[in-house]
Amino acid sequence: MNAINYASLFQLTLPETILEVVSLLILVVDLGFLRKSTQATRMTAACLLAVLGSLAAAVCLACCPQFTQASAALVSTPLVVAAQIGILLLTALVLLLSFKARFSRNPGEFVTIVLLATTGMMLVTAARDLLLIFIALELLSLSLYILTAFSKSSARSAEAALKYYLFGGMSAALMLFGFTYLYGLTGSTNLAEIAASLATQGVTPLLVVALVMVAAGLGFKVAAVPFHLWAPDTYQGAPAPVTALIASGSKVASFAVLVSVTAAVTTAVVPAASSSQGASWTVLLLTMAAASILLGNLAALVQTSVRRLLAYSAIAHAGYMLLGIAANTPQSGAAVLYYALTYALTTIGAFGVIAIVERATESDNLDAFAGLSRRNPLLAGTMLVFLLSLAGIPPLVGFWAKFNLFSAVLRAPSTSHWGLGFVAAALAASAVSLYYYLQVLKRIYVLKPTNDEPFEISPLELATLVLIALAVVALGLFPSALSNWIPLGNI
Amino acid sequence: MLAYTIYLSFAGALLLALLPKASGAAARAIALITALAGLAVALAGFIAAAGQGSVLISDLPWVPAMGIHYTLAADGISRVLVLLTGLAAVAGILFSWYIGDKDGDRANEFFAFFLALIGGVYGVFLSVDLFLLFVFYEIAIVPKYFLIAIWGSTRREYGAMKLALYSFAGSAMVLIGLLAAYATAGSHTMNLQELAHYNFPISFQMWAFPLVFTGFAILAGMWPFHTWAPTGHVAAPTAASMLLAGVVMKLGAYGCLRVAMTLFPHGLDPWGWSFLGIDSWRTVFALFAVIGIVYGAVVALVQNDFKFVIGYSSVSHMGLVLLGLLTLTQIGIDGAVLQMFSHGVLAGLLFATVGRIVYERTHTRDLGVLSNLQLSKAMPFAAWLFVIAGMASMGLPGFSGFVAEVQVLVGAWQAFPWFAGVAGIGIVVGVAYTWRAMQRAFFSDNPAVDASGAAIPIPQYEPVTWAEKAGVFLLAGTSLLIGLYPRLLLDQIVPAVQALPHAILTGGR
Repeated sequence: MNAINYASLFQLTLPETILEVVSLLILVVDLGFLRKSTQATRMTAACLLAVLGSLAAAVCLACCPQFTQASAALVSTPLVVAAQIGILLLTALVLLLSFKARFSRNPGEFVTIVLLATTGMMLVTAARDLLLIFIALELLSLSLYILTAFSKSSARSAEAALKYYLFGGMSAALMLFGFTYLYGLTGSTNLAEIAASLATQGVTPLLVVALVMVAAGLGFKVAAVPFHLWAPDTYQGAPAPVTALIASGSKVASFAVLVSVTAAVTTAVVPAASSSQGASWTVLLLTMAAASILLGNLAALVQTSVRRLLAYSAIAHAGYMLLGIAANTPQSGAAVLYYALTYALTTIGAFGVIAIVERATESDNLDAFAGLSRRNPLLAGTMLVFLLSLAGIPPLVGFWAKFNLFSAVLRAPSTSHWGLGFVAAALAASAVSLYYYLQVLKRIYVLKPTNDEPFEISPLELATLVLIALAVVALGLFPSALSNWIPLGNI
Repeated sequence: MLAYTIYLSFAGALLLALLPKASGAAARAIALITALAGLAVALAGFIAAAGQGSVLISDLPWVPAMGIHYTLAADGISRVLVLLTGLAAVAGILFSWYIGDKDGDRANEFFAFFLALIGGVYGVFLSVDLFLLFVFYEIAIVPKYFLIAIWGSTRREYGAMKLALYSFAGSAMVLIGLLAAYATAGSHTMNLQELAHYNFPISFQMWAFPLVFTGFAILAGMWPFHTWAPTGHVAAPTAASMLLAGVVMKLGAYGCLRVAMTLFPHGLDPWGWSFLGIDSWRTVFALFAVIGIVYGAVVALVQNDFKFVIGYSSVSHMGLVLLGLLTLTQIGIDGAVLQMFSHGVLAGLLFATVGRIVYERTHTRDLGVLSNLQLSKAMPFAAWLFVIAGMASMGLPGFSGFVAEVQVLVGAWQAFPWFAGVAGIGIVVGVAYTWRAMQRAFFSDNPAVDASGAAIPIPQYEPVTWAEKAGVFLLAGTSLLIGLYPRLLLDQIVPAVQALPHAILTGGR
């Protein structure tokens, strides 16, 4: 094992370090200087510091990215940097929407844990070593369990957190079990070395067990069927900003690690030897994808809670992305990342609107949205953009992401015998998905409001939502805008 | 120049959307000015391009990495349909002039959705890049839902949702075909002309053609996927039914010709075996078209809701369009394109008469109720209007419908003699249902006395407004003009059809 160069490691993890320092700073400011201040001031100060911190980390990443070679335990490639910047911006947006949140009496701790979760996401994205992946995932997961329970006066929040925690602990154990088998089979925890070693072995029952275990662990993180059971309850019970975080940054990070693990267990050093164990992993992914697309879209049809509806739609979207991961080309990997990032952006916006509606109506039922367009046309307009983008209607960014993803799947050489069927099914399912998105939009635009009072919205929240909506539209009109970060089309 | 039709419409829509709670009158005026400007551009582009073939309008790289360009061009077919869109937009706004009179009408939203729909339709007719075409196609779907669900009448939420789901299912089928074609051809281009030169394997075309054709034909109201059309038309507010029948169904037929048949001409080839005379996708779809013609007409014959009569007549008339396309003969396709224009104008006129002029005054569309209202005396304008529009729609010489239907039937006679005969029966039934509706709604011989024998006074209705008259003259005048001098359009349509890929005009052989 090489001696670790701490100077370069520090340089590599400078953005994460910034986040950690800022989170400690927030604790100091909140518990030290602002102890006597009002709740609102403390929340504002903490959120403001955290937003500045994550923006600083993003700037640091964007301006002087440190690229390493692909075999390191902690890599930094253009794609990883793009994902990390995306995660930081998503966190900043979530925090911008939390300024007014009233569910917590400990704002400093809340924001600190959000930043810890973000650190976990960034490390997960960059990690190429089983141990590091596991540790980073646990940092992320444990932070999210705590955040889910943060609304202490709400029984639902506690229930959701417990459920999330139990499922999460179980799947983390399974994943660790799978990791140990992989280690036992290959003698290494480094993904590049595992790939090289696996390429010379045939499929053994042990390997299949290991892959199934790993799939269970990662499937839980992306909420793929059959490991999705936590998602609807957590989405519904967690405080809105936390749900937004779970649905956005956490998803991006989980898909990033799924891409790198998939690349490792199916990489063809010796194509003939590796094709069969590549196939078993692909079959696993495709099974989860098909089940997620089907169950997610069908279950979403009958939901009456908008949060649960979005949870099932998230399961369906995870299914689409799993198709891209199963295709396993550099192009499809980039397409999955593009999809995950743009999906996350849109979802944050949607949960931002839900949070505002909930504050006014105390409910996330479909009927709580009735007549939104008459109570606040601008807010309704942003929700229109978000939901249509999720449904994949052009010219919004969701459509480009789908198109890019599915064309990448169809073009991958490995997909010749399943690509078209699965893509056709996914597109058919997304036609079905329009129904439930329209159920929400129907309430917003068609039905009459039950009460006409205007909403209580802070200018900051509205500005953030409008900013996200404009980004969704602008990225849809100019999809090449991000191509310096995430290449579209052929690579 | 024609590209400004798209930009004007979207700019108008955006302006209206940003005018929160503007007074209804201002919103109407903005919408009318925008639509008139669009019509003027469409007309100017139509005249300026006389005698020219396909004119490239713009070609900018959009997503270079994926080979997607912002390419707009117009040939004769596109120019004719753009002109139709301009007419339908202006007429639709004229017949919506009542929206905005009341406070809760949400006139600015109505006209914003209306113009967004129009902008999408213009875009589809002008796109050469298939990706761009698909983007505009989907942009046109969403506003339809809101137009119907918010401002509609009978079972509006059901009708709107059904229409949206059918449209979206159709567009998903189209997208599968396009994605597969794009990936098969190497993902370098989405340009229609370039993709059409890529020789897709026959086996590929054999499944891609029916998929994409059906996807588009759903929107064209092809039997057995037509059921969204009558319910959607009936639920829609007048302007939206005019647009639905007038231009949105044309999007489907246009896509069938421009995308499905152009990209996959060998999908029309015979399979090599036949069952009951059906030996290719071409005969399958021609059969569907003929069934649509007869079925639509027969069902229209027994409807009691006046708007359902017109809704099913649209299914019947769009069947003629599809039949004309599938003849794969010059005259048949000429006729199909002319029928698209003619039906767009006449269906607009019929829906305006029934939905706006009659329904807004009598508040009923039940033919049984209407027959007791002595409408020919109470509303002579509406009665004579319906006589004219009905005659034109059933194919009376002198109106545009006649020229179009004759060409389609001649083409069909060459390609499928049996089908042409059956389609002829459908047209005869068309005379019957128009006659029946006209007679029951306007010229009923129900005694104008009540049970005790006292004469029922002729009901008084609001007079016909200037906007209604202007819309009527615009549409009826166009139909008459084209009927008397069809060369106005045919001079542009015929060369464009001749320039279609050779395989289309010769049945892929």
